[in-house]
Amino acid sequence: MPFLDGHWGDAMGRTITEKIFERHRVDSPYEGVRVIRLDVVACHEITTPIAINDLAARGKDRVFDPDRIKAVIDHVTPAKDSKTATQGKILRDWARRHGIRDFFDIGRNGVCHALFPEKGFIRPGYTVIMGDSHTCTYGAFGAFAAGVGTTDLEVGILKGVCAFRLPETLRVEIGGTLAEGVYAKDVILSIIARLGVNGATNKVIEFGGPLVAAMSMEERMTLCNMAVEAGGTCGICAPDQTTVDYLWEFIQGDYDDKDAALEAFAALHPCPDARYGEVIEHDVSGLEPLTTFGHKPDQVKPVREMIGQKIDQAYIGSCTNGRIEDLRVAAEELRGRRIAPTVRGIVSPATPRIYRQALAEGLLAVFMDAGFCVSNPTCGACLGMSNGVLAEGEVCAATTNRNFNGRMGIGGMVHLVSPATAAASAVAGHLAPPTRTRQQGDVR
Amino acid sequence: MKNFGGNVLFLNRSDINTDEIIPAKYLTEITKEALEPHLLEDLCLEGFVPGKSTRDKQVVITRANFGCGSSREHAPWAFEVNGIHVVIAESFARIFRQNMFNCGMLAVELPEEVIADLFARFADRDTRLATDLGNTTFTLSAQDHSLTVPFNLPPFDRALVEAGGWVEYADAHY
Repeated sequence: MPFLDGHWGDAMGRTITEKIFERHRVDSPYEGVRVIRLDVVACHEITTPIAINDLAARGKDRVFDPDRIKAVIDHVTPAKDSKTATQGKILRDWARRHGIRDFFDIGRNGVCHALFPEKGFIRPGYTVIMGDSHTCTYGAFGAFAAGVGTTDLEVGILKGVCAFRLPETLRVEIGGTLAEGVYAKDVILSIIARLGVNGATNKVIEFGGPLVAAMSMEERMTLCNMAVEAGGTCGICAPDQTTVDYLWEFIQGDYDDKDAALEAFAALHPCPDARYGEVIEHDVSGLEPLTTFGHKPDQVKPVREMIGQKIDQAYIGSCTNGRIEDLRVAAEELRGRRIAPTVRGIVSPATPRIYRQALAEGLLAVFMDAGFCVSNPTCGACLGMSNGVLAEGEVCAATTNRNFNGRMGIGGMVHLVSPATAAASAVAGHLAPPTRTRQQGDVR
Repeated sequence: MKNFGGNVLFLNRSDINTDEIIPAKYLTEITKEALEPHLLEDLCLEGFVPGKSTRDKQVVITRANFGCGSSREHAPWAFEVNGIHVVIAESFARIFRQNMFNCGMLAVELPEEVIADLFARFADRDTRLATDLGNTTFTLSAQDHSLTVPFNLPPFDRALVEAGGWVEYADAHY
């Protein structure tokens, strides 16, 4: 039985999120509060072990449905010390104890927000929580997906429900044409700069418009991934043909053909008269490659204005930009070139599948020829836990999502950029836009 | 219910993020108690000394968008194990705010001008705060000066505080 059967009620004026909330409502204990049923409760080894231990201490070492729980060790893998080994062990033992089949340990593991979508776990209309703020990535599939704390996760594991204040929807209508060398990462940085770091707090950002319609799933995931950097609960894109094509290998048993799936997904689209808190038009024509310059993700300026800022490390990976398209773009920039001797280059393909594909396409050879270290799939460096922590005073051009003070290591500075800009900067030894965007005679 | 009063720590900056409240390197701990020495360890703020400024404080008053960034509940826990159960701000990041109430603690928003007034009157004095949950008021006092301000506590958040947190509430209802 397909999950989406087209019956989403007749009420008018609803956004995607409102339709999903209606469909999943368990309780409305108070005005503006909804307790919703969860389709997926996703877990990693950093925020889940304390929930597991707490459930055990309460005598409630149970899970609501082992098939709806997905778990991965991704933040520090392989374990770097006894503490991280213990966190992995707690998650691993728990997954075995409860028969959680979709548990991904070393050899099969990858960055959660890249791994779970490619396994087909995230579907249009789903509700997903995870003890990770970048869970908003999954909205790219037309799911409502929100990062939560360990207590919400704990109740999710036990009861399969979560409470939310009904979020308002902010619609961002993205139009225009992207210039060469400008990518989804630059688009979302420009949107965060416009909204501010709390411009979307308690809101879902619904991304739409011709540019989103033309985006691949990978690009949509990059877009939705950083919704939380503007405070957003979730970024969300209406599911369309691109979504159907991406998910087809997983859903083909549910629908007669792709058209039937597309029709079912269309039921999720916002009503023509949907009520938005706000609608903003965002034209990306003329947008340049961007970078952050401070310790807040809304501190953004053109890379052009930062040329000459020396870097010590270039990092390509993470749930924002560690997917195959990102690796292709970066490798294209690096082909036949070498990174500056003063720069450490690290690339972490976000999942084993991406790693294997990059290997098959010859991309990893390009990275290695250029002087990059190819790391295993892990979140490690992005949050300064392992596999590329910065020393005090060091600077990193990173394709990640947070430039907070100390994020990749105490006293380190992180410049958030696209994979192309990270690669170009690695070669230059300082922040530099992708070669394709440069004119003859530009500063290199 | 937890204790919702005591000495006030003023943090005069917006956008204090979860990495500043508790750096990611401590996320490898598997007990809340282990976080105790590391509260606000990476916060760079004039006059703030990590480990010292938080000593014997039970309340935090700060500016906008407090707790932005990560979903880590280690941030509220770091406050909890230091005996700080109340954070008052102009606004909060959603997950941090929810995590506070999920732990049975208070994350209360006051209007920008009220926060500004509290900073002007009390920030450079030894200030105590008492919470009256029944009347939803805070009373701040320093030497001979005292001020009572009303606050809003949505019914669901009150229910969580009274239940002792979301696990207890959910257990009773679902």
